[in-house]
Amino acid sequence: MIATILDDLPLRERIALAVLLAFLVALPSVASDYWLSVVLIILYFAYVGQAWNLMMGIAGQLSLGHALYVGLGAYTAAALYVHFQLPPAIGLFVSMLIAAGAATVIGLLAFRFGIGGVYFALLTIAFAEFTRLAFSHFEWVGAMAGFFLPVENRAESDLINLRGSPVMFYYVILTLGVAAAVLVRLLAASRLGYYWLAIREDQEAAQASGVNTFAYKMIAVTISAAMTALGGVFLAFYYNNLFPSDIFGIHRSIEIILAPIIGGLGTFFGPVFGAFVLGLLGEGLTSAVEQTGIQTAGVKQLVYALVLLVIIKFVPGGLWPRVARSMGLGRRRDEP
Amino acid sequence: MSFEFVANVAIGGLLTGLVYALMALGLSVIFGVIRVVNFAHGEMAVLAMFAAFLLHQATGLDPVYAIPAVAAGLFVVGYLMQRHLVAPFVTRPEHEQFILLLAVAVLTTNGLLIVFGPEARGVILDYSFDSYAIGPLIIDKTKAIAAVTAFLAAMGLLLFFRYTRTGKAIRACADNLTGAQVVGMNVQRLYALTFGLGLACVGVAGCLLILIVEATPVLGPELTLLAFIIVIVGGLGSLAGALFGGVLIGMSEALAGIVVSPSMKSMVSFALLIVVLAVRPEGLLGKRRA
Repeated sequence: MIATILDDLPLRERIALAVLLAFLVALPSVASDYWLSVVLIILYFAYVGQAWNLMMGIAGQLSLGHALYVGLGAYTAAALYVHFQLPPAIGLFVSMLIAAGAATVIGLLAFRFGIGGVYFALLTIAFAEFTRLAFSHFEWVGAMAGFFLPVENRAESDLINLRGSPVMFYYVILTLGVAAAVLVRLLAASRLGYYWLAIREDQEAAQASGVNTFAYKMIAVTISAAMTALGGVFLAFYYNNLFPSDIFGIHRSIEIILAPIIGGLGTFFGPVFGAFVLGLLGEGLTSAVEQTGIQTAGVKQLVYALVLLVIIKFVPGGLWPRVARSMGLGRRRDEP
Repeated sequence: MSFEFVANVAIGGLLTGLVYALMALGLSVIFGVIRVVNFAHGEMAVLAMFAAFLLHQATGLDPVYAIPAVAAGLFVVGYLMQRHLVAPFVTRPEHEQFILLLAVAVLTTNGLLIVFGPEARGVILDYSFDSYAIGPLIIDKTKAIAAVTAFLAAMGLLLFFRYTRTGKAIRACADNLTGAQVVGMNVQRLYALTFGLGLACVGVAGCLLILIVEATPVLGPELTLLAFIIVIVGGLGSLAGALFGGVLIGMSEALAGIVVSPSMKSMVSFALLIVVLAVRPEGLLGKRRA
């Protein structure tokens, strides 16, 4: 298995990967609480970015409603924990199952009727918004007033109940991020991955060559949804509060897709790199705005959008392929 | 709940729906010709609303009379946007178009937020609280004026596409791009005109919307989603579809507001959208896709 992951990775890239991993593992012992929380969120985006990347970058299905799976995952595990004392270590499977179920419904609707491209993207937004409004009236989980997890036991780490210090959460999301990257790479290199690539590149040709495009697209959306739901479980227990307008909001879906697109869609390092660029940009802007003492709301978002605009306009295909080339980490084009 | 009450609410929804329809029409025109989904559509409508508001505040001008100026301004914005920003993205993947227009949307919202602050701005005219009584029905004067104006503007656009040379040329681009290029049409210019026209619709709609609802910078995403729902339900690229979709959504939201609860009214629209996408993805009045 390790051979498949490291196979045809050039030596320089293996070294880069090792350095990055060593840096991330060692970070909690050197970084301040602030920087730990920054990198933690960056890792979360790298993780869900991989999940979305699987669906869009590899299988070519554009989802703009991944907040649906984040929210379903978060609410399911949190509600099971609060109402039935079911530890999230078990609850997460229910979360993943429910998210995969929702993805199956959307996939069945969309792919059976041949909805693709823009229409599929809008369908995913519609489902996310619909669920957001439904949860805003779902009294069992607090409706619009929010759903709160008891904050306790922050000193010792309890992985079963996902209660513990920020350092524990940091290592949880780091593990998830690495696992997701490995999984995506394994899947992309598998038979399934080649079917997905075929569907992404030319669906009709894939169909004509006997690939069951419907089945493989369904597999892609369900795996992606389940992975994203796990990210939602993490968010719920890390933040301890859930609001439908926040967790199901369209801004959540957008956040998820920015890192892979800015980093480089369908590439292995892209989502991680994009998450770091955007995370540091966001934090840098926040502190820059604080330093200049500008009180006006919206300045940070304005600059952020401007940077986004410039990147998407002048660096089509994302930042990572260019950075990789200039660092001598070049590889065959389009290889996941 | 008396029959009169329900009928009044339904008519109010119908009239508001016509204004939303005009806004959605702009989205439909842009997508139908350029095949780019304008994800900054609602934000442009908010921009138009603020323009009408400012004109009213500065000169006391009725937003209805501000329409030519605001529409012209939005036309220029659309023309330049297509020329300098969107044009290279026409052939690029959908997700990159999405990020580009999303960035434009966020820029617009936060630009307005910085300049005007988060307060809601409305226009109160001397006839704002007048209404017409037709038998048992009571119709708000502002809504009636807005709806009639929106309908006239939509008809004007329809006539433009049907009878003018430029309108026909734009339709030719939409029908057969290669053919249009072969006969020597300036596609880049026609695309820019189309985007400009699409935003001019938004300009007119914005002037009318400010009569009915208050403007805040953060209203954009909601209006964008509303425009999507309307055009998908009616049929993307179909002018009659956009009008029909607008009226349908306007009425169903208004009725859902009294039957279910006001905060759940957009759920009805999303449910309608999901059903339409599932059963008839080309929209209720859209042409069947090949």
